[in-house]
Amino acid sequence: MSRPRASGTRSAPRHARAPRAALLEGLAPLAALAIAFAAGALFILAIGEDPLAIYALMLHETLGTGYGLGQTLFKATPLIFTGLAVAFGFRSGLFNIGAEGQLYLGAFAAALVGAAWPAGPMPVLLPLAILAAASAGAAWGAIPGFLKARFGAHEVINTIMMNFIAFALVSFIGRGLFEPATVRTAEIAPGAQLARLSDWFPALRGAPVNLSLLLGLLCAAAAQVLLFRSRFGYELRAVGLNAPAAEYGGVRLGRAQTIAMAISGAIAGLGGTNFVLGYKHFFELGFPGGVGFLGIAVALVGRNRPLGVVIAAVVFGALSHGGLVINQRVPKELVDILEAIVILSAIAVQQIVARIARRLD
Amino acid sequence: MEILLFAAAALRISVPYALAAQGSTFSERGGVINIGLEGIMLNGALAYVLGAWVSHSPWGGLLAALIAGLLTAALHAFITITLRADQITSGLGINLLAAGLTRFVLHAVFHSSSNSEQVVGFDAFQIPLLTHVPALGTVIGSPLVVLALVLVAIAQAVMFGSVFGLRLRTAGEHPQAAATLGLSVERLRWSGVLISGLFAGLAGAWLASEQHSFTDGMTGGRGYIAIAAMIVGKWSPRGAALACLLFGAAEALQITLQGSKFPPELLQMLPYVVTMLALAGFIGRATPPRALGVPYDREHA
Repeated sequence: MSRPRASGTRSAPRHARAPRAALLEGLAPLAALAIAFAAGALFILAIGEDPLAIYALMLHETLGTGYGLGQTLFKATPLIFTGLAVAFGFRSGLFNIGAEGQLYLGAFAAALVGAAWPAGPMPVLLPLAILAAASAGAAWGAIPGFLKARFGAHEVINTIMMNFIAFALVSFIGRGLFEPATVRTAEIAPGAQLARLSDWFPALRGAPVNLSLLLGLLCAAAAQVLLFRSRFGYELRAVGLNAPAAEYGGVRLGRAQTIAMAISGAIAGLGGTNFVLGYKHFFELGFPGGVGFLGIAVALVGRNRPLGVVIAAVVFGALSHGGLVINQRVPKELVDILEAIVILSAIAVQQIVARIARRLD
Repeated sequence: MEILLFAAAALRISVPYALAAQGSTFSERGGVINIGLEGIMLNGALAYVLGAWVSHSPWGGLLAALIAGLLTAALHAFITITLRADQITSGLGINLLAAGLTRFVLHAVFHSSSNSEQVVGFDAFQIPLLTHVPALGTVIGSPLVVLALVLVAIAQAVMFGSVFGLRLRTAGEHPQAAATLGLSVERLRWSGVLISGLFAGLAGAWLASEQHSFTDGMTGGRGYIAIAAMIVGKWSPRGAALACLLFGAAEALQITLQGSKFPPELLQMLPYVVTMLALAGFIGRATPPRALGVPYDREHA
């Protein structure tokens, strides 16, 4: 958050301090993680366990074994998508809190398309199912984008509202579609299923990490190119930094905002493939939630850069799986607390670092 | 009779919404978005149960809930006002924190992942005659319903008829003007957020006292509905309360229509759709305070 300064005389030292300030800002996410683990240690102590032993157990069981790594990557996969979705919005000056609902609808759409053609050949059916996930998410993202562009309605509130509408809408549509006496869709065709990575890497056996991870990495690469190497991405970032200036410079603001939200929603929607096409092979009401909100944490810690998002997603994936492995000794909810503290301290540390950087200026 | 029962149910359902929404008008009129209402309510509900469990009195629970609401709101105020960090992210972080914290405490204290032990709640006043009218008597006689109605009136009077209300609104509309008058924008905003914490804590206490226990995630999105009601009510305590009655009626209608062919999901969507329409300007114009969401920086104003 650098602010324009009135005096031009002090511009010289800017170059000198730039690396130091950049280093400080780069370290901010690590500081947030450190604060969270320190606070978490207090909770572990409070119930009479040894924090170091618990953290060591967590580390070993998430990144130290093939199965643990597979589980970590499986949990990280949807976070890559939602983290990218939030980061893409942030870069364009939009706060997409709707990744939760967009992913939910994307998963539902993928399940419906995947089950619609039982004999469908993979080269046709799989892309269709993936496209369905992206389209559903895109539509759900575009609506608040359009409302912002056309009526100036705040996208934060609208995306929250659209999350709840998505939950109700899926229950409503699902009524006539779910398998008898269940709240889940029919199993998708073999041609729509994403293979598990353990088919190629036997060390990951038992963990459901699947090709959706690869799709996530492709999205990250695509987002990087689109945002930082294309004209449209340049326009989006201009809107994100200073919307009136971008508009003055010739960017069609409303169009940019609507498309940015649609892309953000599409990325989030694709996150639904991990669970539906790669793991359970059906959609179930109330399927694992929360990844949309965690995407905000992932984007924050990843500093809104695609590569940073991928790394942060793996960290949060490890935390999510880590909760399960320590559950016998410490309630797994410890992890939810850690994740929340990461979010809160990330934004707090950001501010403090910005102040220090300003003082160094 | 039927209609009386329906009205009683609608009123009862809308109480926690209305309480939380009252508080959020104070936070937002002062310029601070408080998406953390959901988390504050959740902490308040658990604190009520812990307080009532320890003290064997609903009043002990109420006190604990107010303190929990105040502390949770103080965290939001510190991050967003003192440190000037992003208000929406802070609110979401607080919601996640409360979800994790309440589950952790539930585990640690009650050794359960889903619910607490049973605790005492508030007894209804015995009002002669009314008590014998089924449903209605217990609703009108409930001390917290009466309290909620009184609080709406007070909130409306404070917001638009008191010096504090005027100053608070200035901090949210034009903080520089408030500062020029020698007022502390930080202090005004802090008080707005803390008031929202008290109200949301009270809303949580109401939920827990109603069902005499805490269950995991028992606020179930009510904090977000409260925010929606505040928007539809155009950031005024009275308007927010009326919107809550509308949303409460929609929910009561779902219960009434249970078993009929009418899909309840359509009613579930109502508050959210109404809010989006209001924001887009189809139902009057819902204009937020001008400096809402903008951190106030004394040195760089």
